[in-house]
Amino acid sequence: MEKIRIFRRKIINKFMLFISFLAALYGLFWLFWILGTLFVNGFKHINWELFVQDSGPPGLNIGGLRQAFVGHFIITVLGTIVGVPIGLFAGIYYAEYGRHSKFFWILRNVTDIMVSTPSIIMGAVMYALLVVPLNHFNALSGSMALAMLMVPVISVTTFEMLNLVPFTLREAAYALGAYKWQIIKDIVLRSAKVGILTGVILGVARISGETAPLLFTAFNNHYLSFDILKPMASLTVTIFDYAMSPYEYWHNQAWAASFCLAFFILVLSLLAKFLLHYGTLNVFKIIKKKK
Amino acid sequence: MGKSYIIEEFTKYFLGFWAVFTGFIFPLVIFLILLYESRLAIQNFGVIKFLTSTEWDPVRQSFGALPMIVGTLISTFIAIIIAAPVSIGIAIFITELAPSWLKGIIISAIELLAAIPSIIYGMWGFLILAEVMRTKVEPLLQKILGPIPFIGQFFAGTPTGVDVLTTSLVLSIMIIPFMASVVKDAFNLVPSVMKESAYGLGATKWEVIKDVVIPYTASGIAGGLILSTGRALGETMAVTFLAGNVPQIPKSLLEPFTTITVALANQFTEADTPLYLSSLFYLSLFLFIISFIILILAKVMVLRLEKRWKK
Repeated sequence: MEKIRIFRRKIINKFMLFISFLAALYGLFWLFWILGTLFVNGFKHINWELFVQDSGPPGLNIGGLRQAFVGHFIITVLGTIVGVPIGLFAGIYYAEYGRHSKFFWILRNVTDIMVSTPSIIMGAVMYALLVVPLNHFNALSGSMALAMLMVPVISVTTFEMLNLVPFTLREAAYALGAYKWQIIKDIVLRSAKVGILTGVILGVARISGETAPLLFTAFNNHYLSFDILKPMASLTVTIFDYAMSPYEYWHNQAWAASFCLAFFILVLSLLAKFLLHYGTLNVFKIIKKKK
Repeated sequence: MGKSYIIEEFTKYFLGFWAVFTGFIFPLVIFLILLYESRLAIQNFGVIKFLTSTEWDPVRQSFGALPMIVGTLISTFIAIIIAAPVSIGIAIFITELAPSWLKGIIISAIELLAAIPSIIYGMWGFLILAEVMRTKVEPLLQKILGPIPFIGQFFAGTPTGVDVLTTSLVLSIMIIPFMASVVKDAFNLVPSVMKESAYGLGATKWEVIKDVVIPYTASGIAGGLILSTGRALGETMAVTFLAGNVPQIPKSLLEPFTTITVALANQFTEADTPLYLSSLFYLSLFLFIISFIILILAKVMVLRLEKRWKK
């Protein structure tokens, strides 16, 4: 009897562990399928025209996506320039001034919640704030929507990174009679700079894949444009339009554009991971040495 | 009262302003703007009528959100049902089973899956998966499950590939990484002493997972589930490709439908009357409120686990 029971427990154990192995396999299956198709279809259709020509007329097998690459770059950079400082300021305050305040604890958690807010809502808000008053779609509103998406991400990661800086470092500076702003500038930001950079990179990776907030703010444009008060093409919205179109040539271009976008985002994520691993390692090494 | 003192005060209030902006003013402004912009729709339809009417007809200027809300709930629910067991399985595999070299690879793979932009999921689903679903998977499901009473009716209709089933499947693939990483982090919080004492009593690995790890991390797992629900509710692009954008309450899993986000993405640029636009803002207000409440719930669950761990 006893032996049978033990045998049964062992079998159940093996069976359940096998199922969890299958779950991991299931996840990998989709990953390889998606990345595989993306790589095969995308890589095949990357060519020089894609980067140096504007969109061609629908149905004809000519044209590239230059306007989308340029527009995407402009919109993302503008969003980053606005979003990063605000997020950084808030993150520093949460970590350095508001750490023991109940009020800022709540604000910090609200910020954390805002990270997961549906991005299309930012688009709707910017539509009301910047598109309706100007009477037409414009790139600026798209950038601002992305900036607003980025602010919570940056402030949360900044807070986390500043938290890693040991308190003894700050106390040492206080003992020397330093002001708080001097400590923030010379001690805290200096030792957490790699971590903060990582947060910024992750933030850029996050906003550069966004489509929903751009659909009805920056809209789309078939020609190269540098005017941020006019509609501007972005890679993601162009991919959306092209993939939905009935033309084979546009589908191919959408694959190629997706490949470039995914490649860019994966490089950013890898860079962030690398920095986080070696960067924070270095900080701790320095701290250890100083001890 | 030196220069340094002035900088000190300035820094404090300057940073403080942005902190209050990020955590308080910014969410509040979003809420107020959405509320203000949807005033016309609120006046016209009220709350109850808007939420219970099934008619979404721009021509007759009559807008009811029920098809969108039901669509959002159904697709999210099915996605969670598919994703939850898989994510827990993956978390078990990572924390308890995998040798350390494989662990790194799988964690990276999951992170990779999370980093892919949703537009690419959508395009892949639309151009590749929908085709496979239409020609192979859905006819097969109909053949196997169709004759069964009750369950069969969920698979009635012509397979098109652009329907509730495909949407939910892609949505589930998208939320697996989030859920798996939250559950994995929760599993890592279990003190090894607890696991070791169970092993000491002769428990098998599965018994340790079932009777020690999962009960201990229950609130973390629940938090992960709810967090992913919040993500899935607001997911736009993948769903827009695959839902078919038909404002109806789907009777079978093989029918096209629509969700709140799909309606917003497709119709914002074509809203030609103030009432139409206002109704769309009303929808986004509703989406904002639901996802905010759900995310607060998730936050509370996860915080509860962390609090216990700190003790």
